[in-house]
Amino acid sequence: MLKLILAQAMLGLNNGVFYAMLSLGLAVIFGLLNVVNFAHGALYMTGAFLALILYSYLGVWIGIEDLHINFWAALIIVPILIGALGILIERTMLRWLYRFDPIYSLLLTFGITLVLQGLFVNFFSASGTPYPGQPESLRGVVDLGFMIFPKYRLFAIGFSIVICLAVWFIIERTRIGAMLRAGTENPDLVKAFGINVPLMVTLTFGFGTGLAGLAGVLAAPIYSVGPLMGADLIIIIFAVVVIGGMGSIMGAVVSGFALGLVEGITKVFYAPAANTVIFFLMVVVLLVRPAGLFGRQS
Amino acid sequence: MNDTTSEVAEFADTDMQKSDTRGRVAQGVLFVILTAAVLVAPFFLYPVFVMQLLCFALFALAFNLLIGFTGLLSFGHAAFFGGAAYFAGHMIKVWGFPPLLGILLAAMAAGVLGLVIGSLAIRRQGIYFAMITLALAQIVYFFALQLPFTGGENGLQGIPRGRLLGVIDLNDPLAMYYFVAAIFMAGFLIIYRIIHSPFGQVLQAVRENEPRALSLGYNVDRFKLIAFVMSATLAGLAGATKALVFQFASLTDAHWQMSGEVILMTLLGGMGTIFGPIVGAVTIVTLQHELSSIGSWVQVVIGAIFVVAVLLFRRGIIGELARVLRLPSL
Repeated sequence: MLKLILAQAMLGLNNGVFYAMLSLGLAVIFGLLNVVNFAHGALYMTGAFLALILYSYLGVWIGIEDLHINFWAALIIVPILIGALGILIERTMLRWLYRFDPIYSLLLTFGITLVLQGLFVNFFSASGTPYPGQPESLRGVVDLGFMIFPKYRLFAIGFSIVICLAVWFIIERTRIGAMLRAGTENPDLVKAFGINVPLMVTLTFGFGTGLAGLAGVLAAPIYSVGPLMGADLIIIIFAVVVIGGMGSIMGAVVSGFALGLVEGITKVFYAPAANTVIFFLMVVVLLVRPAGLFGRQS
Repeated sequence: MNDTTSEVAEFADTDMQKSDTRGRVAQGVLFVILTAAVLVAPFFLYPVFVMQLLCFALFALAFNLLIGFTGLLSFGHAAFFGGAAYFAGHMIKVWGFPPLLGILLAAMAAGVLGLVIGSLAIRRQGIYFAMITLALAQIVYFFALQLPFTGGENGLQGIPRGRLLGVIDLNDPLAMYYFVAAIFMAGFLIIYRIIHSPFGQVLQAVRENEPRALSLGYNVDRFKLIAFVMSATLAGLAGATKALVFQFASLTDAHWQMSGEVILMTLLGGMGTIFGPIVGAVTIVTLQHELSSIGSWVQVVIGAIFVVAVLLFRRGIIGELARVLRLPSL
């Protein structure tokens, strides 16, 4: 029984990787822009597709059949591309909505989600395509004592923890992070100090969406790459940030991993509830501590 | 509550009164056009299609009661629309309830669901409200997928239309049509009445300035919750009626994409207008119908309309029309 629990906990932690990385990006964006980016899940999905395209399709499209841009390269290229897409969205569309109620930016990014999803449904199978580019060095399995665990998944957990800590460090401990936090508190004052706040906003959005792209590449070898992979995920992520409170970076990360664990362990005891356990936890949190576990009471 | 209305009346100067009268005339004209269109539509268009339009228009009207007149963005209204479709289907098909009773009870069940979801969601404001309603509606979706009586992925099929009040056979397309039309008109008039009641005035006060409404002594949370329950009930009425029209309750009705679509219908037609949601629903459903041949490109088109509407067209079709004609509200 214990073995079973530990095994499901590991798999749950594996989902937690994506909950943590995505809610982290969402929290970074929300912190400075006061925008809830509904398209975060769709950008994650686009990231996974870009990894797949770079490996399997690009070579065929440009006539060099043997060209397979590998996983490691994708891990660098894709976040940059998705970040650039994010910057494009911010500069051309989102920017015009800051003076209005934040629900409009939620609706805008919802529309963008439908467009991205619709596009990929047209060109790729809705049920998903496996990503064949998993690096040789991460193939195979490790014996953890209580279960046999794929090497790659272990890597994904470690890698995402490093990324999350790095983002936390940048925001909480560096000069750039200090400017960002100051911009969150009082953008006008920060402007008066001569800091280009609109540029900072654009880059922050790009950075947050880049994180979604990175999570997408990381997910490609684990889940099959499909147009709807981000759709249901984004709703779980919303519940995660309601539970954790969007005020804190660490809160987003910790609740992401923790809720992945909870979900995994629920599978052991009552599998049909695994889909909804996070939402029910959200209900409990709303009843007990409406501002979220790490949120500031307003 | 009567104080608010008399205060509003006192502040209104003659200019406003003049445009108020014009507004009322314009509303009357639109209402006559709407009634006439609903009455004659089945003779020009395929009745099932018009019934679909009416169900979605009622859904959007119910949603507008919340976003347009209370200022709350629910991203989970599919739970009430789809939930009521399943409730009605089960009551009519399995328990053998007569159609009208089934629909009314299903709408009430959606209202109870609205009470549960609403009382949780109003604990947070603004953008969080939207995220919470979305997440809670997802629970309803998973119930519709997993509970033993819902038929899972296949949905609840073969709901019999039965006889209205034991007399009128609803399998006759025209009888069914006028039954649906009556439900739609009743829903429209109820919503119109709510908006123009003192209660509706308070809702609009909450939308305009929540802290001020609170400081005037209104129990804002209670008003929000009542509005939420009313909106959920009427959305349920629309969903239950749709289930009877198509004799089918499907997962699509409860999916979050449906919640998104009703937002788009209301936004496109004009949030906070009286006739806007109908125009928006007719536009979107017709578009989906006409474009069904291009498959999943429809989703791209819908998404693009969403983007354009949010960026350039926040007043919506009827809202822009009212602005051009300098009318207070349509």
